[in-house]
Amino acid sequence: MFDSLSSRLTKTFTGLRNRGRINPVDIEDTCEEIRVALLEADVAGSVVTLLVEKVRTRSLEQISLDKKGINPGQQIISIVHEELVAILGGSARRLRYAKTAPTVIMLAGLQGSGKTTLAGKLAAYLKSEGNTPVLVACDLQRPNAVDQLQVVGSSVGVPVFAPEPGNGVGDPVKVAKAGIEFAKQKVHNFVIVDTAGRLGVDKELMDQAKNIRDAISPNEVLFVVDAMIGQDAVNTAQAFLDGVGFDGIVLTKMDGDARGGAALSIASVTNRPVMFLSTGEKSNEFEPFHPDRMANRILGMGDVATLAEQAKKALDGDSAQKLEEKFISGEKFTFDDFLEQLQAMKKMGSMSKILGMLPGAQSAAMKKQIAAIDENELTRAEAIIHSMTPIERQEPKIINGSRRARIARGSGTEVFHVNNVLDRFSAAQKAMKQMRNQPGLGGAGNVQMPGGMPSMGGMGGMGGMPAAKVSPPAKRSKSGNPAKRALEGG
Amino acid sequence: MALFSFSGITSLISKLRREPGANADVDWNEIEQQLINSDLGPKLSVELVDLLKKNLNASLEEGLLELLGKDRDRNLAKNQNPNVILIVGVNGVGKTTTVGKLAHYLVAAGNKVVIGAADTFRAAATGQVSTWAVNAGATLVSGKDGADPAAIAFDAVAKGFEIGADFVLIDTAGRLHTKAGLMDELSKIRRVIEKRTLVGEVLLVIDGTTGQNGLTQAQIFAQAVGVTGVVVTKLDGSAKGGIAFAIERELGAPIKFVGTGEAISDLAPFQAAAFVTALISS
Repeated sequence: MFDSLSSRLTKTFTGLRNRGRINPVDIEDTCEEIRVALLEADVAGSVVTLLVEKVRTRSLEQISLDKKGINPGQQIISIVHEELVAILGGSARRLRYAKTAPTVIMLAGLQGSGKTTLAGKLAAYLKSEGNTPVLVACDLQRPNAVDQLQVVGSSVGVPVFAPEPGNGVGDPVKVAKAGIEFAKQKVHNFVIVDTAGRLGVDKELMDQAKNIRDAISPNEVLFVVDAMIGQDAVNTAQAFLDGVGFDGIVLTKMDGDARGGAALSIASVTNRPVMFLSTGEKSNEFEPFHPDRMANRILGMGDVATLAEQAKKALDGDSAQKLEEKFISGEKFTFDDFLEQLQAMKKMGSMSKILGMLPGAQSAAMKKQIAAIDENELTRAEAIIHSMTPIERQEPKIINGSRRARIARGSGTEVFHVNNVLDRFSAAQKAMKQMRNQPGLGGAGNVQMPGGMPSMGGMGGMGGMPAAKVSPPAKRSKSGNPAKRALEGG
Repeated sequence: MALFSFSGITSLISKLRREPGANADVDWNEIEQQLINSDLGPKLSVELVDLLKKNLNASLEEGLLELLGKDRDRNLAKNQNPNVILIVGVNGVGKTTTVGKLAHYLVAAGNKVVIGAADTFRAAATGQVSTWAVNAGATLVSGKDGADPAAIAFDAVAKGFEIGADFVLIDTAGRLHTKAGLMDELSKIRRVIEKRTLVGEVLLVIDGTTGQNGLTQAQIFAQAVGVTGVVVTKLDGSAKGGIAFAIERELGAPIKFVGTGEAISDLAPFQAAAFVTALISS
């Protein structure tokens, strides 16, 4: 099995990181490593050549400067990072809105790239931002594609305009046109047009896509592409660019372990930005694309920004504020709060996904840990807390042996599971207390993120994660810097 | 802008093909790049070029064919009635379409076929496979959306025994190999079927446009459910499907069928020679 791009580059750079000096030979070796890593990540040959050339030139210049005190490995990392970001489209772009509603978005791509699933996610996303989208079923080719869109639409609560049954019956151009009229009539401000999958080499179907485009003049044509695609990405993307033209790219199946080199290839060859990522099968597993974050992910620098964003989203305003008030007033942290945090964490997605975003997640040791995580832990913990009486939740100290046995029976678990949860709870409780006692800490600004984070600290023992255990008590620390405090305490 | 100058490579290759040993000024870098462009991956491409350099008497085509094992048995295993075939793969590779085409292929050859619609996850997947079953003339066994796929697979096998079918094809939900829970579900489907009878074939469906991630997919699917053969789909586009070559080399599971279009008859037994020729032509 190959190392992923990030772990490979990380390995390449660990060698460099440990050296104070660097010579042109080192750069050649590094460039060769980068070349192979990018090829294994399915970046197109031409793009690899260009990228490596740029990195080489810039690295040679940087070294001739011989900046004192700056690690040359770090310099090359930042060069590669900058070049990746440049190729991936510089800064993130948002959807263009029509001057007069509705804004029309057309999806196009190969068969099986995930257009219909994505249509539902995009609709759900737009709806959550306060819009009133409608889905239009123009894939009249694939058996039951229309049904699928209808199911997807109803699951996210978005109407589907589907006048034709599909399965080869009906004219997609007419349906697309009628769909726009429908949207205008019913005052929908967004129209998402799902089209049939087609191959770049299929002239007839590409013409059909062009006809749909001409009939509805979409504000955005999005090219939907599977993150697992190989070297053909450039040919296919070019064919779609020439055939229908597109304004942005959506990468799907990003929850797999494909390294997503296609993003680099397509963005570079077509000069169009990647706009969204699709990261799972649920309708909310969808996010706007951030070039710098993607570059971070590729380089194994983690994706803490996305993590923080999701934490904020998951812990909705109300409960976050409640927790914050509790925290400041010094009120006791109870199992009810703990439960709320657990549920917020569940909303953020699976543990493995969350941890996968942390820096160093690409290292072999960390990967092993992530693979060993029991995703049922959260559900189990939830069931256990639900099996406690209200008094037990307020006063966990009263939970003795017989109560533990009862809770285990009630939640369908074993006593050691209950013990586990109790241990974690007291760890979380302790962590909260400590944070409150920190001088210079405990202000509202801190609580926002910790609102979600203490539970992560508290859940630290989960699945045998290392290092995630609650940090040792750091009494009488004077520093406002958490890192320094940790040092003092240790 | 032309990405690569294909014409140069093609003429080099045809020169190699016409005149074995005409190696005087072959640009091996270009050949390596061409192999990489076909999704064989940098590692295997370098390996192949090294092999070809050593054996200059063989043409590129012959060399590749040799590595692919030109005399391998690529027929479907048929050692019991009904013969159970599990169709597995990641999302969107064309499993359901392959099930439909394979049913058609087998029915046309005079077999009685049952299809088990064990993809109860994707919206409207059952509807899609039932359309195929009708068109192919196969018997469908299905359940409600969200039903236990292992139970449906078991029922389909039971149906196969009941009506004396020759083949039972089980369509499973697409799943990314990174989802351990879903891979466990697949192992369970196999275990449950084996309470009744043996699983004759597990066909891994690979999208012909897939890049190097296909190798990881194949390895993890093989661990979870065992893979006895590969079906490569979407070879009617511009992709070469070189990853299937890499998978066969790595996994030892032979490529058995290729999908070449959306019509029900667009499935053919794998032809190694034709595949290799396409791999190195532009």
